[in-house]
Amino acid sequence: MSELDINDKVNEMLHKSEHNAAAAECFEKTFVRPEDEEREVIAPDGSIIKVNPIYDYFSGKKPTEEKPCGGVVEKFLNWARAESIWVLGFGTGCGSIEIPPLMTPRFDAFRFGVQMRPTPRQSNAFIISGYLSVKTLKRVIRSYEQMPSPKYILALGSCTINGGMYYDSYSTINRLDKYLPVDVYIAGCMPRPEALLAGFMKLKELIKAGKAEKANEYARNFDEYKANQKKIIKDWNMPDYNW
Amino acid sequence: MKEILDRIQSKYNLQDTSFRTDTMAFTTVSKELAIDMVTYMRDYEGFKHFVMMSCVDWIEDNKLQLLYLLNNPTKKCDIGIKVFIERENPSMQSAHHLWKQLWTYQRELKEAFGIDFPGSPRVDENFVLEGWTEKPHMLRDFDTNKYAEETYFPREGRSTNDPATYMRAKLYPNQPVTAKKNKDHE
Repeated sequence: MSELDINDKVNEMLHKSEHNAAAAECFEKTFVRPEDEEREVIAPDGSIIKVNPIYDYFSGKKPTEEKPCGGVVEKFLNWARAESIWVLGFGTGCGSIEIPPLMTPRFDAFRFGVQMRPTPRQSNAFIISGYLSVKTLKRVIRSYEQMPSPKYILALGSCTINGGMYYDSYSTINRLDKYLPVDVYIAGCMPRPEALLAGFMKLKELIKAGKAEKANEYARNFDEYKANQKKIIKDWNMPDYNW
Repeated sequence: MKEILDRIQSKYNLQDTSFRTDTMAFTTVSKELAIDMVTYMRDYEGFKHFVMMSCVDWIEDNKLQLLYLLNNPTKKCDIGIKVFIERENPSMQSAHHLWKQLWTYQRELKEAFGIDFPGSPRVDENFVLEGWTEKPHMLRDFDTNKYAEETYFPREGRSTNDPATYMRAKLYPNQPVTAKKNKDHE
């Protein structure tokens, strides 16, 4: 196979048609930054490769619902899930300061199977810790959608419930459940780490009872959630589903 | 400080000069002479340190007021140079060539108050908000409460209490309500 053929093959792989067509379809209005624009780059071996950063790295396909298998197996799985809650280390507001004490000997969240992870690909719980500005919401959506299912959201503080003391701000949202599905709310301004632990216990109860199915709810009402998100995030420069 | 201001009084036609302390003065200068005066203060009077730049919205007078705060590190004194500019399509001569940090200040003012600084680097880029399409959010006729209500799905059932009345009723339920009132809340 000549070098030219290899280049064609690479280009074909990079622009696998059905994949990108789906992404391009759901990605109508663009606020594409210069570094995200479709362009040709020269690879180290001298060949020219077309890249389209936004479409190449994410699928753009809609999420699908994963039906629980039910019965004893599901019970066992839920028990296992409840004992391994891996939290994404992402602090959104003033509440993020309540999370580090959880990992100290005093509160010791490890004994409940809770631990922090640095990347969404390794975690299944997301603590929205306090007020959420529109700018942060965009990053939160992007991170949440990268987390593998089943995934859970704990909303910490009154800001996520009704806006809290920032209810009249032009840049912070009022109700989180309009944009992302919330499993457990932890009220307070700010809740202490004990309250957060209680929230984890509640989440474990829900998981064991098979009621923490919010990731499926997100997939089911995906269009509605997306419409709400796009209403406030005006510079939408990412695919609709960032998986 | 006073001696410096006396010296440049006639040159820049200073108005409303006031002293907060012996070493801190505020003065108002016309829009055309403002950057000239800032340059003069930096190069000849030793006000080398640029402290900050800010804006006030005088909606009643239909004006915006810019403030350049400068500091003289050797004489340990500050001067605030105030400039009134028009409120409709506000625009001001850029001073980014004097101190580089003015890039950022001017970019912030462009986003928050809509003041244009022609020639200032990156002045049209987003500062803290992304994709903001409404009117500049720091102008006083931008109704943030109304905007939040229309945009962010307010939750029903939100109520508020006057903290003084609430705590009095809670702590001293037997005491008549006509008891001593806090004047701050009247």
